[in-house]
Amino acid sequence: MLEISHLRFDVTAENGGELEILRDVSLTVEDGKLVVITGPNGGGKTTLARTIMGLNQPTGGSIRWNGQDVTNLSITDRALAGISYGFQQPPRFKGMKVKDLIALAAGKEELAPGEGCRYLTQVGLCADDYIDRDVDASLSGGEVKRIEIATILARQAGLMIFDEPEAGIDLWSFARLTETFENIHKRGDSTLLIISHQERIIRLADEIVVIEGGKVAKHGPQEEIFPQIMARTVPGCGYMREGER
Amino acid sequence: MDKTEWKVLKEIAELEKVPQGAYNFRVNGKLDDRKVTANIDIASKTDGKPGIDITVKPGTKGESVHIPVVLSMTGLTDVVYNDFYIGEGADVDIVAGCGIHNTGCETSQHDGIHVFHIGKNAKVRYVERHYGEGPGTGARILNPRTEVYLEEGASMTMEMTQIRGVDSTIRDTVVEVAAGGECIINEKLMTDGEQVAESNVEIVLKGDGATGRVVSRSVGRGKSVQVFRPCMTGKADCFGHVQCDSILMDEAKIKSIPAIDAQSVDAQLIHEAAIGRIAGDQILKLLTLGLTEEEAEEKILEGFLN
Repeated sequence: MLEISHLRFDVTAENGGELEILRDVSLTVEDGKLVVITGPNGGGKTTLARTIMGLNQPTGGSIRWNGQDVTNLSITDRALAGISYGFQQPPRFKGMKVKDLIALAAGKEELAPGEGCRYLTQVGLCADDYIDRDVDASLSGGEVKRIEIATILARQAGLMIFDEPEAGIDLWSFARLTETFENIHKRGDSTLLIISHQERIIRLADEIVVIEGGKVAKHGPQEEIFPQIMARTVPGCGYMREGER
Repeated sequence: MDKTEWKVLKEIAELEKVPQGAYNFRVNGKLDDRKVTANIDIASKTDGKPGIDITVKPGTKGESVHIPVVLSMTGLTDVVYNDFYIGEGADVDIVAGCGIHNTGCETSQHDGIHVFHIGKNAKVRYVERHYGEGPGTGARILNPRTEVYLEEGASMTMEMTQIRGVDSTIRDTVVEVAAGGECIINEKLMTDGEQVAESNVEIVLKGDGATGRVVSRSVGRGKSVQVFRPCMTGKADCFGHVQCDSILMDEAKIKSIPAIDAQSVDAQLIHEAAIGRIAGDQILKLLTLGLTEEEAEEKILEGFLN
């Protein structure tokens, strides 16, 4: 179980004032659930995900994972405790091969035959074409993104956080990716936290969390929250309503 | 050779026993062991200079020559002249390299001067590793000079690696490529402590269809200093590419001065050079996979230097 309690993250703005990126976020995610975090840009979704992974150190509140307080653990220790995070904009590595990166993610010296292939296929990449390639600038944004997701699949951590996994990915791969999320969810041995704006991913969710202005604006079962989000998109915006007439 | 010398040999040539094919082991300035084959001859120079002539018969395919040098005596300066004559259409691997084990306080130095004459349409893969070790305070110095003359359609791929233990090195490489020929240089260098390394590479593309490529990857750690001067000259309808990438750590200094010199309107020459520290997001990504910061750094450097 992931328990986030009164989490705060403030940064000092250029003018010296305090910017509140996360203001008092409390959230509980049960084991094996698929929870989608959505909400407007700049609302604090990525900051929340990065704070869970330890990439940002919160200025207040606590994070518990499987009953353990991880708030002050290092990134490495959180990873070893079973938390994983797929970067929204993954880095590239000159000279590191796709298979090396996936092996590192799987915690092995070398991948078993077919193992890398399995993870790559799940993100819609043909392993033969990619396994020996460098994770460098020769790969497109969408390719790097899918390899990033494959590293999270290889980690098989108890908590998988994906940050806009759909960004930059073509329609065909996206369909494959949603299937992959669905399958992980069905197996039920990992908890999935997915930041997304895609209807098809949101539809997979057990629960939806809407983060807005650094706070949890809504949190509830998908059936309840999804219609509320949809209702807000068109009628909520005067400009778009104008266009419909 | 004793145990220490075999250990050094393993570092530079990945050899644990005598290799297949032709070989010449030079230890502490003297011939230690040699084997020739029907197609590859190795002969000591007769003009008084130290060194060997290696002659590969035309059309020789899939054979290899190992010519490692080991220095385990402190205070020795070993200069050697090796000339290679590769016959037309041959296709061979040449494994060179020098390892120094210095236990004393005097300087041990090896200067290898290699000249390659590569016949028409011949193909050579050349691997050279430089390595130093030993508890002594004496400096370990390697100053290699490599000259390569590629005839029409000939190709040479050079892997030159110096990762550890060499205190000072000045490497000069000069290559001339005739029409349809190709020269690829992959250089990998890591320096640490107070080490100094300088590499000057000059490739002249002389004929139409000649190709040259220099890919240099280096890591500077500690207070070490590196200087790169790769220069690609195009004198015909040719293609040349110089790429220098360096990772800078601690208080190291790296200077990279790539040059391209077009002397024909049909020459296409490109150079790229970049120096910078390890990107923070690379480290963070590997931390999220459960690696410690030291492990992450090591993996990034390992990949970078392959």
